[in-house]
Amino acid sequence: MSTKPHSSNNIAHARRTVQQLRIEASIERIKVQCSNKPVSKASADLMNYCSEHARNDPLLMGIPASDNPFKDKKPCTIL
Amino acid sequence: MRSPLIPEMATQEVQLNETLAHLKTESETLKSKLEEERAKLHDVELHQVAEKVEGLGQFVMKTRRTLKGHGNKVLCMDWCKDKRRIVSSSQDGKVIVWDAFTTNKEHAVTMPCTWVMACAYAPSGCAVACGGLDNKCSVYPLSLDKNENLAAKKKSVAMHTNYLSACSFTNSDMQILTSSGDGTCALWDVESGQLLQSFHGHAADVLCLDLAPSETGNTFVSGGCDKKANVWDMRSGQCIQSFETHESDINSVRYYPSGDAFASGSDDATCRLYDLRADREVAIYSKESIIFGVSSVDFSLSGRLLFGGYNDYTINVWDVLKGTRVSILFGHENRVSTLRVSPDGTAFCTGSWDHTLRIWA
Repeated sequence: MSTKPHSSNNIAHARRTVQQLRIEASIERIKVQCSNKPVSKASADLMNYCSEHARNDPLLMGIPASDNPFKDKKPCTIL
Repeated sequence: MRSPLIPEMATQEVQLNETLAHLKTESETLKSKLEEERAKLHDVELHQVAEKVEGLGQFVMKTRRTLKGHGNKVLCMDWCKDKRRIVSSSQDGKVIVWDAFTTNKEHAVTMPCTWVMACAYAPSGCAVACGGLDNKCSVYPLSLDKNENLAAKKKSVAMHTNYLSACSFTNSDMQILTSSGDGTCALWDVESGQLLQSFHGHAADVLCLDLAPSETGNTFVSGGCDKKANVWDMRSGQCIQSFETHESDINSVRYYPSGDAFASGSDDATCRLYDLRADREVAIYSKESIIFGVSSVDFSLSGRLLFGGYNDYTINVWDVLKGTRVSILFGHENRVSTLRVSPDGTAFCTGSWDHTLRIWA
């Protein structure tokens, strides 16, 4: 008599766990099917991006004070 | 009297346990197969590939502006798209909008709570969002009339069940993405305050988030106290990738400009770079002498430099490709709590527990 609610709890818990594992298994399957890039190729992409955009990177290249509004030498006037 | 249903339930239970055992085995098998495949692709480290890249010279970066006005620790800041305005928020409950060129304060709002941990500028430049211990994210339209009381037009948008740790507008003023101490992230409609999508998966407080550059599609990355960095699909709410290599809380995450990778900063005193297509960590930025946590990270425009604000009051500048530190900057008199590079990459701003913000170039 007292085992009846206990059994149904077990079943409900087991069902949830089964559901969770099914979701996990489907995610894992997708991951295995997806072709990941080897680190060498992925790194090459990062390097290429850096070199392509390097000359437009003010903090990297350093730009003259005249071009950088934060580097202006004129004193700020407080109005 | 025995219930006639018990034998049936017993059979069901046995069947479920069998399915359970079967699925557990399948799950374990798939996980190890996945690890095998991933290991095959880990053919080399980023800094090895970058050996042939020219090294960087000396960097001279100095404080060019100091923004004074907060009465307590500065917790967060964000740049306006106009590359000159900045919004900052503080432990004292104040949110200030500054003109970084002149250091003038243009607006100030007093929030009803202290510890305003998050603030963000709207893409239009016409509003700011902020929140913290009030568990909310509120939007304040910025008035051209300096005398107008901004608090009157305040709009409550997001409601979490714990503190707001970070917020960001998406590509328009219409939607806001939030992260919270309640372990979730959420996407909200600003006009109606409606919850559009929620993101569950972190096992503890979520501390930071960053939206992917618009060209790369609808994803964002979040970092949390569970040491995990998760990448999410904004439409479905699914976690599509997860990385767990940090040894402590992840305080900051930032996408690499191409959107193919992201950097993270953690209480474990390291910054790391994760490549999304290789699906793994590809670089770690650390030194034995650096023992204090990283609060905030951001990339220079080309992605070659990574700036990190640290709890030891310094800013370390890293060569992203080679993994070496190229500069260390001093100036703040307490923890650096927030750091962002300006939209056109000409400078970066830091906020600190020393109550000030500094612009570096």
